[in-house]
Amino acid sequence: MSMDLDAPVPMSGLQDAPVAATILCCNCGAPIDGTTSAGALCQDCLKLNVDVSQGIQREATLHCCRDCERWLQPPNSWVVASPESKELLAVCLRRLRGLSKVRIIDASFIWTEPHSRRVKVKITIQQEAFQGTIIQQTFEVEYVVASQQCDDCKKSYTHNTWRAAVQVRQKVPHKRTFLYLEQLILKNGAHKDTVNIKEAPNGLDFYFAARNHAEKMVDFLASVVPCKAKKSQELISMDIHTSTKSFKFTFSVEIIPICKDDLVALPIKLARQSGNISPLTLCHRVGNSINLLDPSTLQTTDIPTDVYWRNPFKNLADVSELREFIVMDIEPTGVSHGKFNLAEATVARASDLGSNDITYFTRTHLGGILHVGDSVLGYHLSGTMYNDDNYEAIEASSQYSSTIPDVILVKKFYARKRKPKNRAWRLRRMAREHEEEALAGAVQQKSRKQEQEANRVEEDFEAFLRDIEEDQELRHTLDLYKARKEAKANDAMDEDEDNESEDETPQINMDELLDDFDELNMGGE
Amino acid sequence: MAVRAQFENSNEVGVFARLTNSYAIVAVGASENFYSVFESELQDVIPICHATIAGTRIVGRLTVGNRKGLLVPTTTTDQELQHLRNTLPDSVKIQRIEERLSALGNVICCNDHVAIVHPDLERETEEIIADVLGVEVFRQTVADNVLTGSYMSLSNQGGIVHPKTSIRDQDELSSLLQVPLVAGSVNRGSPVVGAGMVVNDWLAVTGLDTTATELSVIESVFRLGEMAPGGAGQGPNKESIVESFY
Repeated sequence: MSMDLDAPVPMSGLQDAPVAATILCCNCGAPIDGTTSAGALCQDCLKLNVDVSQGIQREATLHCCRDCERWLQPPNSWVVASPESKELLAVCLRRLRGLSKVRIIDASFIWTEPHSRRVKVKITIQQEAFQGTIIQQTFEVEYVVASQQCDDCKKSYTHNTWRAAVQVRQKVPHKRTFLYLEQLILKNGAHKDTVNIKEAPNGLDFYFAARNHAEKMVDFLASVVPCKAKKSQELISMDIHTSTKSFKFTFSVEIIPICKDDLVALPIKLARQSGNISPLTLCHRVGNSINLLDPSTLQTTDIPTDVYWRNPFKNLADVSELREFIVMDIEPTGVSHGKFNLAEATVARASDLGSNDITYFTRTHLGGILHVGDSVLGYHLSGTMYNDDNYEAIEASSQYSSTIPDVILVKKFYARKRKPKNRAWRLRRMAREHEEEALAGAVQQKSRKQEQEANRVEEDFEAFLRDIEEDQELRHTLDLYKARKEAKANDAMDEDEDNESEDETPQINMDELLDDFDELNMGGE
Repeated sequence: MAVRAQFENSNEVGVFARLTNSYAIVAVGASENFYSVFESELQDVIPICHATIAGTRIVGRLTVGNRKGLLVPTTTTDQELQHLRNTLPDSVKIQRIEERLSALGNVICCNDHVAIVHPDLERETEEIIADVLGVEVFRQTVADNVLTGSYMSLSNQGGIVHPKTSIRDQDELSSLLQVPLVAGSVNRGSPVVGAGMVVNDWLAVTGLDTTATELSVIESVFRLGEMAPGGAGQGPNKESIVESFY
């Protein structure tokens, strides 16, 4: 039935066996059965005379945004629809006036050359032509694709269109927290509403078109990192007649400058309040509060954000000050708490080996993973001079001064190449605008400072990747993707040499990885 | 003989005229075109009356009549009734009837011998119809429509009914009426054959839209053409037939 184009076909009386004719067709005089015919017309005359698609437009215009390739759904929404998709078909059908009065049976696209800027749709409709006679008809509608910039694209091409900004800052010399935050944002899709993301010294700026988007971002940040937020607003314009105002909002979010594996000297008063923990602690985890561990007793405590900001303190030492030690002897004490096992270890500086016989005795929470001969990273307290009030207070205290160990071991050290090329996994990155990009445009040659900066970023990223490999708990909060196959094939040759040295390093199980994300390309690029 | 006509751009000539074997009533229109169609066919044969009923022009739908009589609704004014009495021959009995279904032309369909009426018509009206028009009255429907006067057109020679009437219904009606019946349409497929045309024993007037096929059906069932056997109003016996109507 759909084969004959543009021809109405009466639905009734087709399947019936021929019945005795009672009337003559009023148009051509053919004898027909009056009880089943449409009006007093035979089927041929009906085809010629009746057009049920009369009130429906045969030409219409579709508006498409050239930049984001979205389609205008009148009055003012823009929808994403690929060519010949059902979403686009819905947009097309909604553009036609008069189509609501008939019953649509079928609609499909007729292929057109994309450059022609034409979309053709074949529509089959049914409608009652005479009393009790339904007619089905197929016709084509041609759409002209006109381009019109959507509001979002208009905004993105106009400067200063943001309504709200979130400035996230952490005053630490490295970028590991932000690398982690980037992955969390990508996994949770928290960046979807952003108009723009900019890198600023010590942090990131997120720009939004609406205040509630920014507030959503702030709430998200508060749920994943320990931070405090402060809101400020700037009046842009005000209409005194209607008293409507427009503001720009800025949320300043400061993340506690203490990261995982940092050595922290707590104020003694705070240590007493937090379960009477020894004030010299390691930060072993950062959630939306910071979790501290006393490695000599395995006692843990957690400092909520509000408690921290009532009396802020700095870290005593960060991961850049970790030194390599060799385990000479280790003996578990049998005390364990969660994944930590208390052990008594004798270690020597890796740099001291062969030159002297100085060894240090310490208690460590790494009893479960350390063996004699292993390399381990730790803070060397006895050889370091800290300039910190809280540390000085501990040294001066009669209760705690004797408990300060020579060495605090932090994590096992895995020897590996400076920059392994053959990781089986990779991370998705966010496309962001460097603030200095505009300035750098004029200068062709990279200055030495910029080169240093780039190196440091690379180092931070590598350290972050190693953290992911070593910390299963951290890994579970992120999305990891399988690396591309061809990259692996290229490195296949030098893989053999590396294999021996990297046997012991932690590897990520392929089951944990997600398929490649190249197909689901990110909008920003 | 069948002719096509139009009343002020309307094809529904049965609405604006009433034609019987002894008189014709035509609505008062802005122009005389419609009247002149009747005049050219019927002048010197039967009287043609220019009339209104209750001040309206839809005389065909409000009245019903045959050779012997004319029934008008209760809304007809005395003046209009007097005008009809003056114009129509004395042999025609004119009666005003009180009937709830006041569009008598829609609910009653008759020739000189039989009337098919709306099933809900009052008993008294039925008696008046039988007395005034001198017909046998049957309560019937045409293709499940109660408006027999709208969906059926009848003369002493034959009748045409709604196109959707089944053969069985046609046979039943035809046995009541004792004239041949056929299903058909007027005005290019319109099923309201009673309102779309007027007919007596030798003349049919249909709407201007009526197709040749429809007209040929009408001519053959009402035996109006020259080829019709014993076609009334044609040939040498025309005078005698006409005289018998007086």
